[in-house]
Amino acid sequence: MSILIDQHTRVIVQGFTGDKASFHAAEMMAYGTNVVGGVTPGKGGKTHLNRPVFNTVKEAVAATGAQASLAFVPPPYAADALMEAADAGLDLVCIITDGIPSQDMMRVKRYLRRYPKEKRTTIVGPNCAGIISAGKAMLGIMPSHIYLPGNVGIVSRSGTLGYEAAAQMKALGIGVTTSVGIGGDPINGSSFLDHMARFEEDPETRAVVMIGEIGGPQEAEASAWIKENMSKPVVGYVAGMTAPKGRRMGHAGAIISAAGDTAAEKSEIMASFGLFVSPSAAELGATVARALASVA
Amino acid sequence: MDIHEYQAKSLLAGFGVVIPPGGVAYSPDQAVYVATELGGSHWAVKAQIHSGGRGKAGGVKLCRTYHDVAEAAQGMLGARLVTNQTGPEGKVVHRLYVEKATPFTRELYLGFVLDRKIERIRVIASAEGGMEIEDIAHEKPESIMQIEVEPAVGLQPFQARELAFGLGLNLKQVSQAVNIILGCYRAFRDLDATMVEINPLVVTKDDEVIALDAKMSFDDNALFRRPKVSEMRDPAEEDPREAQAAEHGLNYVGLAGDIGCIINGAGLAMATMDTIKYCGGEPANFLDVGGGASPERVGAAFRLVLSDRGVKVILVNIFAGINRCDWVAQGVVQAAAGLGVPLVVRLAGTNVEEGQKIIRECGLPIVTADSLMEACDKAVRLARGEH
Repeated sequence: MSILIDQHTRVIVQGFTGDKASFHAAEMMAYGTNVVGGVTPGKGGKTHLNRPVFNTVKEAVAATGAQASLAFVPPPYAADALMEAADAGLDLVCIITDGIPSQDMMRVKRYLRRYPKEKRTTIVGPNCAGIISAGKAMLGIMPSHIYLPGNVGIVSRSGTLGYEAAAQMKALGIGVTTSVGIGGDPINGSSFLDHMARFEEDPETRAVVMIGEIGGPQEAEASAWIKENMSKPVVGYVAGMTAPKGRRMGHAGAIISAAGDTAAEKSEIMASFGLFVSPSAAELGATVARALASVA
Repeated sequence: MDIHEYQAKSLLAGFGVVIPPGGVAYSPDQAVYVATELGGSHWAVKAQIHSGGRGKAGGVKLCRTYHDVAEAAQGMLGARLVTNQTGPEGKVVHRLYVEKATPFTRELYLGFVLDRKIERIRVIASAEGGMEIEDIAHEKPESIMQIEVEPAVGLQPFQARELAFGLGLNLKQVSQAVNIILGCYRAFRDLDATMVEINPLVVTKDDEVIALDAKMSFDDNALFRRPKVSEMRDPAEEDPREAQAAEHGLNYVGLAGDIGCIINGAGLAMATMDTIKYCGGEPANFLDVGGGASPERVGAAFRLVLSDRGVKVILVNIFAGINRCDWVAQGVVQAAAGLGVPLVVRLAGTNVEEGQKIIRECGLPIVTADSLMEACDKAVRLARGEH
């Protein structure tokens, strides 16, 4: 098992015919991902990478039975692409795009709520490296060879720090069920908590690594949930101990982000809720080994 | 992106927010000219820097004569203003805003912020204006009212009325305050702001509600569709190295240490800085080269890091996903020729073998490392003069 995607998941690529999308779609297929087509408005009816191209996501879903999408759409059109995917009934959209306006994401999140929870599209990203279920399927831009198939889930805000964790684990012979990059933007499609709940339900996942950053309430929120609901050990790490305090001009934000925003505060919160906190980014792999040993 | 008070006021005035009459001045003569144009007998001369807390720091002077205006302007222009938000180095004042002074009877607080927790715009108001919101929250938490804006329909007049009545205003003042609250909200929404703050919002002796101060910050990701806002960027307010970095698609923040960092991804960059510190060293900067790090961009990163004279070692740490190690290695080799300081390079991820081969075969004295810990440890030792 894995979460979100496996080798059977039927995948389309939004923004399919662009250069970067083409490169990464080919990599995804080489890894074994079941890419069934793509969408580029105006290029419907053509064939790209031996797969059909459609004008709209709805057409792609009707013709291919697509369940998930990787969106490689420039920032001005990204919100539109996400809402189109949700409207077409896809289960999952992973969006790599960096630089989407926050208010666009706010509207996307509000739009999703028009669907009942069981029919609501899960968005992963934006500004993320994507999702990989090791040895099965990849929906993203990560270097796939660093993921050994195994029993540990990874959820990370940072793409490259997620790679760092996977590579350190591989060096110790520890593998991954699924690695999810939730992205570094202020408003994410999905949160640490959303994926933590999926990993808890996945029988193959024995432990989870949560890699956070400074800013925002997500790490603290997930840590509290883990304490109450999670039977599996969770390793936590927050980057940014040495980050300088942001130079803010006004203070309206201070009232809602007064506590728990720094790396030190978040690490402390994680430890207080019983997570295995990695003392440095260089010890993520070793800390996972320690967490696994605790339930062996 | 931040803008000046006078710019925020001009934007907000376009959305119906009432502000005192005023004008910008770059010299004492201009300041006096603006005051004569405005008329009246009292003026406020306000230093325009991107910081709050200007009043307490001596950046706002109330003047009763043209001579006072000229003297205040002379004293502020070119001087360094140190507020509780600028840090000890302060900020140099290049522009002034001269405003007709407004006698008021009450000071209120009004703020709008994009709240990432609820993923909505949150409106905050308090009858205890004039002091910073943190202090209000600390000293008079019961005075703070908050409203969440439903993104599908936007801020509704009834919500603005709730706040206005909650501020204890009379009927005439309520209708003026409602216009200001709704105007600020529309400006926030239509200009892709991340923060609008009116502190203080005042009730004048003539029973008018007006915005005496204004601050706005904007979503950098949305500037592509807000040309009017983009034009308000003031390069003098920005760290020159950070501005130079932005031109090359790099993200740079200067720090006090001696190990220059060139890393891809903000998370890995912060983690590498943390690990340097963990190994006993001090990072000289945060630098994220981002995705698609071409040899040109890597070259620009080296120049930027080396522009800090305190750098004794450079550490390159690239974990390539969307990047390719071979591209990065080419950039590193080009930049490393004739480099005056030791260089530690750690490459991992996409095309790592090709990248490492380029580094190995270039004939330059580059120290390589396979892991994050090894890279940081070697950089820290080199910075100490050990080999």
